[in-house]
Amino acid sequence: MRYAMAMDTKKCVGCADCVVACQTENNVPEGYCRDWIVENVDGTYPLLDLEIRSERCNHCEDTPCVRTCPTGASHVIEGGIVKVTHEECIGCGACIESCPYDARYFHPDGYVDKCTFCDHRVEAGDTTACVSVCPTEALTFGDLDDSESPITKLLKTRKWKVNAEEAGTKPQVYFLT
Amino acid sequence: MKERLFTSGRDMLNIDPVVNAWHWEIPAYLFLGGLAAGLVFFASFYYLRGKEDQMPTAVKIAPFIAPIAIVLGLIFLLLDLKHKLYFWQLYTTIRLDSPMSWGAWTLGVVMPLSVIWPLLYLDDLKKYFWNRNIVIYEIIDWLEKLINDFDFTKTIMGWFKENQKAIAWANIILSVILGVYTGILLSAFNARPLWNTAILGPLFLTSGISTAAATIMWMAYDHYEKVRFSRIDLWLIAVELFLITHMFMGLSSGTSASMDAAALFLGGPYTVVFWVGVVGMGLLFPAVLESMELLGYKVPIAIPAFFIILGGAIFRFVMVDAGQFSKYFFQ
Repeated sequence: MRYAMAMDTKKCVGCADCVVACQTENNVPEGYCRDWIVENVDGTYPLLDLEIRSERCNHCEDTPCVRTCPTGASHVIEGGIVKVTHEECIGCGACIESCPYDARYFHPDGYVDKCTFCDHRVEAGDTTACVSVCPTEALTFGDLDDSESPITKLLKTRKWKVNAEEAGTKPQVYFLT
Repeated sequence: MKERLFTSGRDMLNIDPVVNAWHWEIPAYLFLGGLAAGLVFFASFYYLRGKEDQMPTAVKIAPFIAPIAIVLGLIFLLLDLKHKLYFWQLYTTIRLDSPMSWGAWTLGVVMPLSVIWPLLYLDDLKKYFWNRNIVIYEIIDWLEKLINDFDFTKTIMGWFKENQKAIAWANIILSVILGVYTGILLSAFNARPLWNTAILGPLFLTSGISTAAATIMWMAYDHYEKVRFSRIDLWLIAVELFLITHMFMGLSSGTSASMDAAALFLGGPYTVVFWVGVVGMGLLFPAVLESMELLGYKVPIAIPAFFIILGGAIFRFVMVDAGQFSKYFFQ
């Protein structure tokens, strides 16, 4: 199993519903978020390109955050989901410094927190909270090892890119362009 | 005109707009760790070469600063943790992939060893502080009496004295690991292109040893030792300049991310503090003063020593801060 997410930059309108859904589902404290919206304008007026992205932890295949964690609190579970065991985390910040996507933050309770790909929902056969609420269906979550899954088909038919590929982390959140 | 506007909908504490997870505690610890590593290194090195009496400050006196620096550094590290009461989790696993893990273990061994060394020279320390600082003298006197009060402490100290050679060898190896660790800790993070250079390990080691040499030079009461450490420091400054040059050559001929990182110091926001504060004030200025001293001019040794130590501290603060500023840009 290899869980991944595809994010369609052509469909996203930047409504931030995914952000709110995540905060509600995962009890994210006020002022923090596990996923967020990024707007990028590029080009020469009047030929401007606007790209809106919903970003989150990339659940990388090569995980610098797990490598640099001194206690083993950061770990990878079945399906390639990167998680943090709260009771083992000492809050040293090594994983925060090692993430090229700045996807981690200090929870006010002291441990480091991040997107879990809603593993508690996925385990029960459901999809992630952000995917379930997306009004334009810009987000697709699924198993890349399953050749029949919608995400595998999307990545086969559409052009895509990943963030900071040169950082060598093999990110698993794909941006369809 | 080409426009590029990047807006993030996120404004999180310590993360946006640039990561700022590590504040003053980490560079302060890196400085103290490097200083302690250098002091322990010089003490063991000259002891093993049988120069105990030629280099009395290095072998007998200065090492008492090492445990103080390490304990202070450990307190800073603890302050930096957000989940402070869970710090013991560091000692439930050994993760060789994580520099912070083996660094924590190294510190766990260096810490007791660095306490043992000055205890072997309490008499010399007492003599040194007799007319310098009466409070420290009294503390050492009390310690000495405490050790002599019990038979088992006397036996333990005797055993340490017998095995001092073994301790010195362990110290030499561990101090190099500790000194390199202060740099490797940063260079393990490939997400921060400025830190992600292999030269940081040797550079931090050299800088740490250099601050230790400056400390010994400052404390030395004997002309021969002062001159020796002044010369050692000149060499170390030369090595540091060499390594810094190579760091920038490496970064500015690397990927776009490393070039951006180098640009922080070559015209970017950290240019002045690095070239004036670290290179000018912390390396070149003391180098000139020390050369003048060696050529026969009278220069109070405290001035170059102070600037070397200050420069070493600024260097760490700048590197930690600028490193968190440098990142991969994806737009």
